[in-house]
Amino acid sequence: MSQFIKNSVACLSPVTKGNKYYYLWVGFLGILICFGAFYYIQQLRYGLIVTNMRDQVSWGLYISNFTFLVGVAAAAVLLVVPAYIYHFKPIHEIVLFGELMAVVAVTMCLMFVSIDMGRLDRAWHILPFIGMMHFPASMLAWDVVVLNGYLAINVIVTFYALYMMAHHKEFSFKPIYPIIILSIPWAIGIHTVTAFLYNGLPSRPFWNASILAPRFIAGALCSGPALMIIVFQIVRKVSDIKITNRALFKIAQLVAYAVGIDMFLEGCEIFKEFYSNSIHLAPMKYVYLGLDGNYNLVPWTWAAIIAIAIAFIIFLQKRTRENILLLNIGCVLIFFGVYIEKGMGCVVPGFIPGTLGEIYQYSPSFTEKAISAGVFAFGALFYTFLLKIAIPIYTGKLRFYKDEDADKVTA
Amino acid sequence: MTTKKNKLTRRNFLKGATAGAAALAIPVGTADASIWEAFFQKHFKEMTAADKVRVIKRLEEEYKEDYDRDIKIATTPAMPGVKFGYGLDLSRCIGCRRCVYACVRENNQSRDPQIQWITVLQFEKGEKGVSNLEEATKYYDPKKVPEDGHFYMPVQCQHCENPPCVRACPTQATWKEPDGIVVIDYNWCIGCRYCMAACPYGARHFNWRKPSIRKEEINPNTHYLGNRPRYRGVVEKCTFCIQRTRAGRYPACVEVCPVGARKFGNLLDPKSEIRYCIENKRVFRLKEDLNTSPKFFYFFAT
Repeated sequence: MSQFIKNSVACLSPVTKGNKYYYLWVGFLGILICFGAFYYIQQLRYGLIVTNMRDQVSWGLYISNFTFLVGVAAAAVLLVVPAYIYHFKPIHEIVLFGELMAVVAVTMCLMFVSIDMGRLDRAWHILPFIGMMHFPASMLAWDVVVLNGYLAINVIVTFYALYMMAHHKEFSFKPIYPIIILSIPWAIGIHTVTAFLYNGLPSRPFWNASILAPRFIAGALCSGPALMIIVFQIVRKVSDIKITNRALFKIAQLVAYAVGIDMFLEGCEIFKEFYSNSIHLAPMKYVYLGLDGNYNLVPWTWAAIIAIAIAFIIFLQKRTRENILLLNIGCVLIFFGVYIEKGMGCVVPGFIPGTLGEIYQYSPSFTEKAISAGVFAFGALFYTFLLKIAIPIYTGKLRFYKDEDADKVTA
Repeated sequence: MTTKKNKLTRRNFLKGATAGAAALAIPVGTADASIWEAFFQKHFKEMTAADKVRVIKRLEEEYKEDYDRDIKIATTPAMPGVKFGYGLDLSRCIGCRRCVYACVRENNQSRDPQIQWITVLQFEKGEKGVSNLEEATKYYDPKKVPEDGHFYMPVQCQHCENPPCVRACPTQATWKEPDGIVVIDYNWCIGCRYCMAACPYGARHFNWRKPSIRKEEINPNTHYLGNRPRYRGVVEKCTFCIQRTRAGRYPACVEVCPVGARKFGNLLDPKSEIRYCIENKRVFRLKEDLNTSPKFFYFFAT
């Protein structure tokens, strides 16, 4: 046991060490987290009245962020498939960092859902056996199951890989191979269930379209990998991890397909609603053209469409997507575009116009933005710390081979 | 009003501290056992008769402390052989909103911020009619109603036989009672607001902050599943005045309507007025295409 504690301390100690940029980065995130926490305490005290959500638009920025981050989490699958199924070596070397990103993204999802709840003190009511989980009828109950399951899967896989790397010269993924394979449909599952959460409500025609789940997944396979491409470049700059351009370009190539499909699906949806021109067109009009003089989402929507279209042009050709500068511009554009489209652009129009025809224009309050920034900062800090632990083990700087009894102790 | 409520008593402090600690999942030791009893209070349907007695006693004490009034909480169950149904005659409604405010008084809705369970929509005659609700407004404010060239349609919880809100709720905090009333356990709701997204009738309302009602305006005759004062962070809605109707009275909105546009009764009783109306008048229900099967019937051109 003492050995286990000693090893744990050895793993955690790199978190406290770094150059001045590292401390600056951690300090910056720390300030944002405190800032978010401060506003969250206000929200706990006064209630959700501090947000701009109201009965007419009862979900806002928090649930938008949640929806977007489910996509980021699900995108790890884009690395898992080439790494473990096709044994593509450059990706196999970085798949661990993708899985760690999934762990962080799911954690952030759970945070956003918790923050959005009116009565967090009663959260246990949703648990099976202890509470009264409404399974299988409620899609939200399904979401609790799949998100926590996905978190567990990725924690198990990454912990296993890091533990084995630190303790053994050679190890095999065989014992957890079934879990790795399970993670592929499960990743698709989390985003499908999250889409069904909206999709299954006939009261909201904007969401009640079967194209929603495929659109969510296509969007996820754009935004998550785009984020990874950028993060991996930072990682290789600040550590000794070798991440080849080949791996990045492979991801970029896969993103290109995903962006194409995403744009196509959006086009299908636009055609269906505008051509059939039923009274269900109203939310679509609100998003793309403005409805009865209410335009507040329109500039965002078109900015997202243009950003994604430019990124598509960049990613489509090998010449442009393998130019690091253009690649990064493309990634930023995709991340921004999908954040708008699959975040606020997806959640808010479900409520506009409301079920009784009322138009309440929602834009998040300062408190909502501050708390959201805090959660994003927490995610960034969590990922930074995870990498700080994972990288020394990965590069071989941290090894427990010499401890002869290490296996016995923790076996 | 709020300064008075925010007065820091030991109990309030403990309550806040417990809520905060619970939010962080840190157990705190406290001598005040009722706070733990409140935290671990069971779902209403899981309570035994003895549980109910204990819970009601504690809740009545809590309300006494909060509102300085003796509030009685009934747990009257559904009567056998009863399924409540509601009728509303559009050709009679004059849009006076007396029902809205009678409901607020009867059911202890928050006055600040205002929560109203009934929404009266105003339509222009000759427009597309009630199937396009975007043509309607609920913010009409003339000196006199009814206004020429307009008609009115009040909307409240439709008490669907196939309620989408009940299916959506992840904790079973809302359900349909045997007499057809869709109710909420305000002590079990986690405030996720999924039911509000699911409801096609805008019938569900959220307590975005602690509801406030002046002490003397509180209706002390309440039902656990109905009009007892609500909490911050939970959803509420029309319950067909469960505290009245299960005691054989009409809902407040039916009683107050000056033109007799509102009808209420037992759908299982073939001789009831509501059955007569459904069988003999022109009837429609809102958003039939969603297959929610409301027990709220609109009559027109009668």
